[in-house]
Amino acid sequence: MSEESTLVVSKIKNGTVIDHIPAGRALDILTVLNINGREGYRIAILMNVESKKLGKKDIIKIEGRMLSVEELNIVSLVAPRATINIIEDFAVITKHRVETPNYIEGVLRCPNPTCITNKRSEPIKTKFKTVSKDPIKLQCEYCGAIIAWNEIPKLIARKR
Amino acid sequence: MKERFYQRDVISILEFERSELEYLFEITDKFLNYIDRKLHLLDGKIIALAFFEPSTRTRLSFEVAAKKLGADVISFAGEEALSISKGENLTDTIKMLDNYSDLIVIRHRLEGAAKYAAEIAEKPIINAGDGKQHHPTQAMIDLYTIKKLFGAIDGLTYGVLGDLRYGRAITSFIYGISLFRPKKVYLISPEALRVREEVLELLRNKNIVYEEKYNVEEVIDQLDVLYVTRIQKERFPDPMEYEKVRGSYRVTYELLKHGKKELKVLHPLPKVDEIDHGVDVSTYAAYYIQAKYGVPIRMSLLTLILGAKL
Repeated sequence: MSEESTLVVSKIKNGTVIDHIPAGRALDILTVLNINGREGYRIAILMNVESKKLGKKDIIKIEGRMLSVEELNIVSLVAPRATINIIEDFAVITKHRVETPNYIEGVLRCPNPTCITNKRSEPIKTKFKTVSKDPIKLQCEYCGAIIAWNEIPKLIARKR
Repeated sequence: MKERFYQRDVISILEFERSELEYLFEITDKFLNYIDRKLHLLDGKIIALAFFEPSTRTRLSFEVAAKKLGADVISFAGEEALSISKGENLTDTIKMLDNYSDLIVIRHRLEGAAKYAAEIAEKPIINAGDGKQHHPTQAMIDLYTIKKLFGAIDGLTYGVLGDLRYGRAITSFIYGISLFRPKKVYLISPEALRVREEVLELLRNKNIVYEEKYNVEEVIDQLDVLYVTRIQKERFPDPMEYEKVRGSYRVTYELLKHGKKELKVLHPLPKVDEIDHGVDVSTYAAYYIQAKYGVPIRMSLLTLILGAKL
């Protein structure tokens, strides 16, 4: 983390820090994690801070919420190079890089308007297979549509 | 091999192995000998034909296949589907049919509908066309036709001409030949009807030699099989786009004369104006033979899935 950001945001006691998010993508990360702010967690969102690795980056600190491995993997859809620090009692207890899961269920909507998963009256979840991890490329299990990495942010299913 | 078909869902031709298709073709050869007789292999079975999208050929062909085997058929199609469902979702309609029948054949305008139905139903589902994606039984018929005409599916040069973007029959045909070893596949269409990315991705993964072309004239002399489809007007999101490509290709007898003597033209039918009537009576036309194989292929498949004793 850069000097400036530690000046404005205090350390968290217990929770999760997601670092090395591509600049400007922090809000997309919160969306894929299904966090809208009304859950009551203390959350710090830093956007466009300096980074040695990325030039500019975003950081999210979530107090009081640990992320599951699955949730961490989902982060990889938006931030394939993110690092995740789990904090307990002000200390980093684990630190890991995200990994793209082989299947992604229910997080994205299918870009194909005539895919069955876009029919609102059906109780159906989207399911995508990861056909390539670098760069990320996904394929809809129902209609076969292929999603490239740069299309992912706009397909993150917003809460209806 | 028989057990691999028992109670199986048929959603995409890509779920099949080459050896399974070859087995299906062997069984179909046998059925050809009994095609004029009423058989009783599926006595007491009920087959549901759920055609949420209008269809004549495929539906009748399934119905005839089922009836020739002694099965009873319940069915609805097109407009009727709307009144049956009364606004209920696909999930509930499939659950109802699952209670009533031993096997469900489904056609739907949305891609993935058959796969989804198979997740809901306990009984086997056969996809008779889902949007622009799959039409596996048509692909089986097409491959069988080529096997009968040429003795093999491998080693031939294929031209697929027409609406590669929205056509499910032509997409399934490309998927089908990808299970074999074609010499080369030419994908011929106007720019707006180019094959979809997922299809190209599959061809690349399977190391199929292919080339995209705009004009059939350029490659006609190399082809063994020319597979033609109509432009799928009903699947265009914008009618103006349809008007732009309408009538953009036409196969004539004059064109085919520049090809090999043994060249065969396939078409899943119905055809509109993409094949000149002059071709119909020529030795190039294989689409009427192809249509004739619809019933025996579907008879084999129904028999195998429902586990009737052969």
